[in-house]
Amino acid sequence: MLKIDNLHVRVGGREVLKGIDLKIEDGETFILFGPNGSGKTTLLMTLMGFSGYEVTRGTIHFRGQDITGMPTFERSRLGLAMSFQRPPTIYGLKTRHLVQMCARDRDVDIVHMARQVNFEPFLDRDINAGFSGGEIKRSELLQLMAQDPSLVLFDEPESGVDLENMKLIGGVVRKLLQGGIEPREDASMKELKAKVKTSGLIITHTGYILDYINADRGHVMYDGVLCCQARPRDILEHISKFGYKECVRCLN
Amino acid sequence: MPELKKNASIEVDLRDYTFDGADAPDLPDLSQVSEADRQQLRMAGVDVDEADRSGTFLQFDQSRVHCRTRNPDVEILGIEAALERYQGLPDYYWKALDPDKDDFTRQTAKEVHGGYFIRTKKGAVIPHPVQSCLYIKGKDVAQAVHNVVVVEEDSEVHIITGCATAHGVQSALHLGISEFYVKKNGRLTFTMVHNWGEQVAVRPRTAVHVEENGAFVSNYILLKPVRTVQSYPAVYLNGPGGLARFNSVIVAPEGSHVDTGNKIILNAPNTRGEIISKTITTGGTIIARGFIGGNAVPARGHLECKGLILGQGVIHAIPELVGSVPGVELSHEAAVGKIAREEIEYLMARGLDEEEATSTIVRGFLNVDIMGLPRELQESIEKTIHESEKDMF
Repeated sequence: MLKIDNLHVRVGGREVLKGIDLKIEDGETFILFGPNGSGKTTLLMTLMGFSGYEVTRGTIHFRGQDITGMPTFERSRLGLAMSFQRPPTIYGLKTRHLVQMCARDRDVDIVHMARQVNFEPFLDRDINAGFSGGEIKRSELLQLMAQDPSLVLFDEPESGVDLENMKLIGGVVRKLLQGGIEPREDASMKELKAKVKTSGLIITHTGYILDYINADRGHVMYDGVLCCQARPRDILEHISKFGYKECVRCLN
Repeated sequence: MPELKKNASIEVDLRDYTFDGADAPDLPDLSQVSEADRQQLRMAGVDVDEADRSGTFLQFDQSRVHCRTRNPDVEILGIEAALERYQGLPDYYWKALDPDKDDFTRQTAKEVHGGYFIRTKKGAVIPHPVQSCLYIKGKDVAQAVHNVVVVEEDSEVHIITGCATAHGVQSALHLGISEFYVKKNGRLTFTMVHNWGEQVAVRPRTAVHVEENGAFVSNYILLKPVRTVQSYPAVYLNGPGGLARFNSVIVAPEGSHVDTGNKIILNAPNTRGEIISKTITTGGTIIARGFIGGNAVPARGHLECKGLILGQGVIHAIPELVGSVPGVELSHEAAVGKIAREEIEYLMARGLDEEEATSTIVRGFLNVDIMGLPRELQESIEKTIHESEKDMF
């Protein structure tokens, strides 16, 4: 699904990613840990192809194609999608309209999908205008559902979310990764069966999301490099005991 | 020097225009307006079928051609007829504005050529909007109108004014004196759509007086080219509990010089004022003014002025707040610039290419939902925005 080779990325003249190698298989969910400022978000932004993230070395392959220099919208149309942590407000753009645009030519029942994230009352609000932390997450999930991606990038799905919303969000993330989202209420069995699992790359600090999804592998990012590959649960336990200091030792 | 040329193009010399003549016959109904004219009127927001309108006032050049109310609770007259019927309208005529203010007020005071008088009945809530249209058909014609609106106590009305020039009119001048009076508990919504031409100069002068618990809501839409507009309507909230709100959406293509703003004076306790202007230049010059003065407490005012520069134009935002007593709460936010890269990339991450993303953001920026306009007018505005998009980027 995704193959990153020796990726070096510069942001504002400073090298933030210093040689990342990472492979995510079809249907696999990969968890990324790491302290603030280690380069996790930079990796996601670079994968989406945003301006200001300059790849100086290395390549990114997605579904067999070299996307290293591909414009963002083409990556998106290839099936790469991202949940934003702090999405911008766009005044005058209704959530409903954006969700429709996310679906492009696919036939989706927006109201049906919105109900699954308890977001129906927000469809006629301007996108992200005055949304709370949990509302942003639900709005982002709704857009991802409409996009029907092959690989989703989540930047801290649990940040700013209360416990009740965490349950809702966790459940929807799981469904999304398992390909269990129905675009319409009357989606046929054939359509549902034809669904393949979606891959995921998830950044988490707290690990709460691990209660809801089956994550296969995890890595710690520290100062722009990946280290400590292990089962996500084990990594989390280790970090909570010893902090990220251990990762430095592990690197050496 | 480009600067000099620019200034010369916005000057208006009254001697360049003809103020007399052009007496058009009365039209019993709007179906007799030619199709070409109907087209122009529609683009200025006029419902030529009058289906959901409580009345219509239509003026071609200097003469009123159609004036009819469809609701006995709202009176619609040509200004000359109103002056005659009401002994010169002593409480309203030149009471909110000073005839000696400038050349344009002096000219209109000297020789008025039409304009409307609209008055609601006390306590009447007029269900459908009243529409008026000031239309210029002749070349080098100057239209000098005087409008008076009186919203009586406890009554409400929405007036939609479309201003337009006939297709092919090269040069014209519109002078308009507007004096509006909103009495106790009254509410006036005033929507103005401008559809002038590239060589048209526009100099309206407007003042509004609002009494206790009255409300004045103004919507202004200018999406089409115009040579020069200079307008600065002022609202005086003179009674406690008064409310004034201005929403403007302005696009200035190359060759347009638009100097426009709104002024709200909070003269009584518990008054509130809000000015929201959204402007886009695609090559023209926009001066976006805003003024809120607070002279009583408690009183609140907020001014929001957003400008997008697409192309080579200029936007000059001048937000002003003047508080003259302790305790007034006045604030403003002004931003002039390009579309945020972050917003474009957010939409690109959803699969929109750069052009789709830009156009989506611009349409959102120009969105007129907040104005609460009748559906067909909103659709016509959205259509105009869609059509002018190709010139934007």
